[in-house]
Amino acid sequence: MTMFVAATAAVIAAMALALIRAIAGPSLYDRVLAGNSIGTKTVLLIGLMGFMMGRPDFLDIALLYALINFTATLAILRFFSYRKIDDAPAAPARDGGAP
Amino acid sequence: MSDFDVELSPIVLVDLSLLTMLLLVAITIVRLRHLFAVVMLLGVYSLLSASFFVSLDAVDVAFTEAAVGAGVSTVLMLGAMLLTARREKPGNPRRAPVAMAAVLAAGAALVYATIDMPAFGDRQAPANAHVGQAYVERTPDEIAVPNIVTAVLASYRGFDTLGETMVIFTAGVAVILLLGAGSSRGGRRVSDREGPR
Repeated sequence: MTMFVAATAAVIAAMALALIRAIAGPSLYDRVLAGNSIGTKTVLLIGLMGFMMGRPDFLDIALLYALINFTATLAILRFFSYRKIDDAPAAPARDGGAP
Repeated sequence: MSDFDVELSPIVLVDLSLLTMLLLVAITIVRLRHLFAVVMLLGVYSLLSASFFVSLDAVDVAFTEAAVGAGVSTVLMLGAMLLTARREKPGNPRRAPVAMAAVLAAGAALVYATIDMPAFGDRQAPANAHVGQAYVERTPDEIAVPNIVTAVLASYRGFDTLGETMVIFTAGVAVILLLGAGSSRGGRRVSDREGPR
């Protein structure tokens, strides 16, 4: 039990650190990575909370969260491949800038 | 009000930290103008609230929140951003105090309404006292589905669920028509320059 509490505290601390990066930015890639990392921490947190509350049946739901997180990241990557993001510093405009 | 004498168990501490993070994310979303960052933070918000629902033992709600909020909504928002602008237009600053007052009034009314709610896990609460108990008692005999929530949704309230499914189907068709299957590749470009200041 103590182990689970300590692990949960560590995961929440990691979540808070990733959240600071998501809020502060500065670049969009920081935010994408921070969002993805918070999704991973959510999976871990749900698994840990299941064990902490004595109901580890929710572990498969945590696995499904991992799949959802993957889908969202794929969508973001497709967005990047279709369009340049305007405040990405070193990326040259491929389609000649705004029409 | 003895309802608020909650002991500081690990789960309560998890709830408190999740709620604090939710508040921080919400404030940042309101203040940001860059829509891509807002979409990312909305996904973060949805994941955090899904964790919060899990710690409240509402796993089915949490799963819907994660699938719709963090999964489908992110995809749909990005699809909409492909067709429109990537930056929010600056709002009218003179209207800000009015909006703030309306939000504060609505929030105060909601907090006032929670005072009447039964305590968490109260046995005399309406949700536990009336039909809820009947569902718990009769589902094993009448429906023979091990999950009572499934029995209620798919059998006792089957017509209600059918109507909900039709609403969601209509919404899905409307979203597909709006976004268009191939509009991100061959569709008409909409200008995303910022308007005159």
